[in-house]
Amino acid sequence: MTDLAWIETAITAARPQAIGALLRYFRDLDTAEEAFQNACLRALNAWPQNGPPRDPTAWLIMVGRNVAIDDLRRGTKQQPLPDDAVISDLDDAEDALAERLDGSHYRDDILRLLFICCHPELPPTQQIALALRIVSGLTVPQIARAFLVTDAAMEQRITRAKAKVARAGVPFETPGAVERAERLGAVAAMIYLLFNEGYSAAGETAGVRAPLCEEAIRLARLLLRLFPSEPEIMGLTALMLLQHARAPARFDSGGTIVLLEDQDRSLWNGTMIAEGLALIDKAMRHRCTGAYQIQAAIGALHARAPRYEDTDWAQIDLLYGSLEILQPSPVITLNRAVAVAKLRGPEAALAMIAPFEARLGSYFHYFGAKGALLLQQGRCDEARTAFDRAIALARTPAEVSHIRMHLDRLMREADAAGRASA
Amino acid sequence: MLYAILCYHDEGFVGSWSREEDAAVMEKLKVVHGKLAEAGRLGPVARLLPTTAATTLRKDSEPPVVIDGPFAETKEQLLGFYVVECDGLDCALEVARDLGRANPGGAYEIRPIGLFMPGTAQP
Repeated sequence: MTDLAWIETAITAARPQAIGALLRYFRDLDTAEEAFQNACLRALNAWPQNGPPRDPTAWLIMVGRNVAIDDLRRGTKQQPLPDDAVISDLDDAEDALAERLDGSHYRDDILRLLFICCHPELPPTQQIALALRIVSGLTVPQIARAFLVTDAAMEQRITRAKAKVARAGVPFETPGAVERAERLGAVAAMIYLLFNEGYSAAGETAGVRAPLCEEAIRLARLLLRLFPSEPEIMGLTALMLLQHARAPARFDSGGTIVLLEDQDRSLWNGTMIAEGLALIDKAMRHRCTGAYQIQAAIGALHARAPRYEDTDWAQIDLLYGSLEILQPSPVITLNRAVAVAKLRGPEAALAMIAPFEARLGSYFHYFGAKGALLLQQGRCDEARTAFDRAIALARTPAEVSHIRMHLDRLMREADAAGRASA
Repeated sequence: MLYAILCYHDEGFVGSWSREEDAAVMEKLKVVHGKLAEAGRLGPVARLLPTTAATTLRKDSEPPVVIDGPFAETKEQLLGFYVVECDGLDCALEVARDLGRANPGGAYEIRPIGLFMPGTAQP
């Protein structure tokens, strides 16, 4: 890597910890962010000349803090900034700080930072935007592009989120065990939301939004390094790795959805699958089941099947059954119905999802699945009605073209049948 | 003599490489691997999954305790290793330097191998 690329990576890697520590000093997101930016500018100046510091994170925290304190002092009386030569001579102080960073302090810093970003008063879209800005360091245009909104709209969203956080006041004391568990849960949920933002993208937008999945995985790995024995964080990380591993096979060259059964499994990312499987294996040993672990276990069964026909549907049905108990939701039942259809036929699956028609009346996947099940039973007219509703509810061009494919096939078959009987 | 070259680096740093940066480093490493393989000096090479996927069996109690994570929490983690045929430490160091030019940062630990069994498992 070139010097500059090296520095950029070092800054990205140091960011959550450094911003977290600076936030603890200054108790204000804007000040912490500005202090970090200033430290980064100094790093770009000093590191190529002096070589990389022993501990880049400690360096950035130290310099960021000094510069911000100087800025605050300058507010009261004019005082010159220390020049770069002084700043670059930080070795001893840096060592002392690095020592302390190795302790448990920074875990709480990063957790607090993540928790602030998923403050319960913020709507989910603002939580994600704030986390991408503050923790991941993406620029406003980058985030705006990923969420398909204008720069100005995203700028406003982030500013509002910061203002709300500042008004709400943030507890800075070290969280207790119960509170920490609650925070971890909120942070995990935010990370999974972020992942799904990237995952649900399709076609032309897939390239723009795939980095959201990668960033979510990076944040989950970060959490897992801080809390290596939390089975649900292992489950969450495994779940995202196993899902993201299929990304190269999920859409064809035209951007149309390729169903699991038709995906070219040789395109799946083997390394990601291996990591996901290792994590879910580890998580299960804790015997403390949670929703992420169960979903990851389902993903693992798909990943382990060499061919679609080898899928262990009975096990998947059982896992969805425990997920329904843990987290009852019609969407989970809808997913379970796919496994039930494999095991006991489409009729059993249709009976299972029928009670949810009213509640899932605006859910694309409900009518897509219903249409497919009716088709399996040869009830073509009813299938067409379901597919028509699905098209009306589709949110992406890929979803539309996927359903259109089913409809076209129905039309062709009806044509052929018409000609045969004529 | 066979030498093990163990690759240590800060996982947070390596984990922050973009896919393109990672691929670029792997390309440069492949050049070094190619030269060693051609000379018949390259043994097994392994890139390890992240330490978050690791489990440790501590042998100092009975029954042994199994804990999550790698053996020790340090700044730099064991991320992979090479087994290389070398005439001596200088030669092994030379290989490590070549690898280091292709993949800067972190450290390589060089350890002579006392017993070598190739094994049967394929990654």
